[in-house]
Amino acid sequence: MLDIRNLHVRAENKEILKGIDLRVNAGEVHAIMGPNGSGKSTLARALSGHPEYHVTGGEVLFEGRDLLEMDPDERAREGVFMAFQYPVEIAGVNNAYFLKAALNAKRKHHGEPELDAMEFMALIKSKSSLLDIDQSMLSRAVNEGFSGGEKKRNEIFQMALLEPKLAILDETDSGLDIDALKLVATGVNAMRGPDRAFIVVTHYQRLLDYIVPDYVHVLSGGRIVRSGGKELALELEKKGYGWIDASTGPGSSRAESTDATGAQPVGA
Amino acid sequence: MSTSTETIEQLATREYKYGFVTEVDAETIPKGLSEDVVRIISAKKGEPEWLLEWRLKAYRLWLTMKEPTWQNVKFEPINYQDIVYYSAPKKKKVLNSLDEVDPEVRATFDKLGIPIEEQKLFAGVAVDAVFDSVSVATTFRATLAKQGIIFMSFSDAVREHPELVRKYLGSVVPHTDNFFAALNSAVFSDGSFVYIPKGVRCPMELSTYFRINAKDTGQFERTLIIADEGSFVSYLEGCTAPMRDENQLHAAVVELVAHDDATIKYSTIQNWYPGDKDGKGGIYNFVTKRGLCEGRGSKITWTQVETGSAITWKYPSCILKGDHSIGEFYSVATTNNWQQADTGTKMIHVGRNTRSTIVSKGISAGHGQNTYRGQVRIGKNATNGRNYSQCDSLLIGDKCGAHTFPYLDIRNSTARVEHEASTSKIGEDQIFYCRQRGLTAEDAVNMIVSGFCKEVFRELPMEFAVEAQKLLSVSLEGSVG
Repeated sequence: MLDIRNLHVRAENKEILKGIDLRVNAGEVHAIMGPNGSGKSTLARALSGHPEYHVTGGEVLFEGRDLLEMDPDERAREGVFMAFQYPVEIAGVNNAYFLKAALNAKRKHHGEPELDAMEFMALIKSKSSLLDIDQSMLSRAVNEGFSGGEKKRNEIFQMALLEPKLAILDETDSGLDIDALKLVATGVNAMRGPDRAFIVVTHYQRLLDYIVPDYVHVLSGGRIVRSGGKELALELEKKGYGWIDASTGPGSSRAESTDATGAQPVGA
Repeated sequence: MSTSTETIEQLATREYKYGFVTEVDAETIPKGLSEDVVRIISAKKGEPEWLLEWRLKAYRLWLTMKEPTWQNVKFEPINYQDIVYYSAPKKKKVLNSLDEVDPEVRATFDKLGIPIEEQKLFAGVAVDAVFDSVSVATTFRATLAKQGIIFMSFSDAVREHPELVRKYLGSVVPHTDNFFAALNSAVFSDGSFVYIPKGVRCPMELSTYFRINAKDTGQFERTLIIADEGSFVSYLEGCTAPMRDENQLHAAVVELVAHDDATIKYSTIQNWYPGDKDGKGGIYNFVTKRGLCEGRGSKITWTQVETGSAITWKYPSCILKGDHSIGEFYSVATTNNWQQADTGTKMIHVGRNTRSTIVSKGISAGHGQNTYRGQVRIGKNATNGRNYSQCDSLLIGDKCGAHTFPYLDIRNSTARVEHEASTSKIGEDQIFYCRQRGLTAEDAVNMIVSGFCKEVFRELPMEFAVEAQKLLSVSLEGSVG
């Protein structure tokens, strides 16, 4: 589904990603871990087309098409969704109205009829119970006055409505208490399926207790320095990121695959 | 410059969809202003002597006045001798029905989406159509007259209801009020006149649509609305003009009078030609609008959506003379490219227990400069006067400006006056968030701006709220790439 080859990304005149190779197939959940400043969020934002993240080298294919050629909104309509680390507030814009506009933009793009208000409300109802989204969250302005937990739940709720092919969660666990974390994980797990892939960016192993990944990749200094199965996250938890830096050592620019079945990373 | 600024800068090209010119056989007097010109205008309209005298008094005073300079806008001096003060589509005979309106003029209003044939109109909206200096058609006159409602062109009112015109003309905005009001009083050519009798709730929206067509012509219209005791009227005005390289002057006067327990809602959607993206051309819009809450419990609400004009200079105000009277002002003003707006309101509390609300939303894009200027005065006898003001500014890009000049003049210790103000930028983050959900950048900006203006839009009559929203999106077209 997603094929990242030798991706270099610059932001604020600094090269942050220095050659990422990653292949994500439909049905898989990949966790991206790493210390602060390693480039985890940069990867998520570059994939979704954030204007402040400039791709300076490499390529990204999404379902065989050049993802980097697409505008951010086209990527979204094609099925790339990013749950934001810091969801943005939009004063005066009703949350349900915003969601309906987003959903209909996507439906229109795919030649499907737009939903009217009645159909949309019915859809919302069917999707909202899982994430404990209540009426007041829908009738308020987008993210305005939402608590941290509400914002993140709202992100996952949007994901549930938009049904992306590829969902990227950018540190969705940050700032969440354990109950909110479980709720978010339940929402994500309900959406896992053979046609959908997830990239879960997180600093902490804790989230991966609830969203169990198929693969774990560790980013350091703008490169994937280690890839493995879910047990890699546990090892990291035990030993800390210092262990990765020490074990890779200087000059080791390529990650080694510790997972015999996995093809990740490509070209290692 | 960061990329985010660049993308926002691409907002710069917008298209004005009403910039066409109609070829119409017009009767136009030569450029220039003098006593003779004032006399010609008055004679062309067959006015009574008292009105000519009133005009001449205003003209003579105007000669002694100077253009105001306190406003926060910059423009080349206006040459008042280089303006045509009267231009009217020629009519072959007296119009007996709307079908006899010049087909070209009628086609113009059709093209603007303002059909002046009654059967084609939105249900429940009566229209007075003003083309350059004259009113060309007023719909539903007969229907409204059955309830005693007078809705006609100003010229017709002078002929048919001289006693009402004479009583109220200049009673709220005297010819001495300011430079542009004096000029208007001397040369005004037409406009709308509305009278709602005691206890009548006007059954439809009344609206006037102003169109400037002729080259080098100024438009000077006058609107007078009187709501008698316990009556209600909702009135809307719209305006457009062709795209021309020269600036054209529009100096209107609007007077409202609300008697005991009467309510007037006055809504404006102003879309005069704003000039091109380099700031060439556009309408200079110098307008004096004021409402007198004469009676106890009366209420006047001004709602304006100002998207056009190269320069906007207007302060729709309320004089709260009657005890328990209410004044409201809701405004959205956008300036894109090189547009400048200096707009706001005055709330003059005279009576006791009077209340006023001001909600102003300024949006600046491109090199636009947007100024809110407001005055709240609580007089010494205005016991328990209340005012709430809220002024919010939204900036798109980093070359535009927002300015706020609130004046508070409180002379009674029981007054309660609140003022809130905010300035924010449309963040690239907000736009990106919307785009990541599949909305185009244009749709994202429109959505964010609409959200910002929500408190004002909900004050507009429903049929027009949608129009206003569309207009706003056109006026900001191209402000994000």
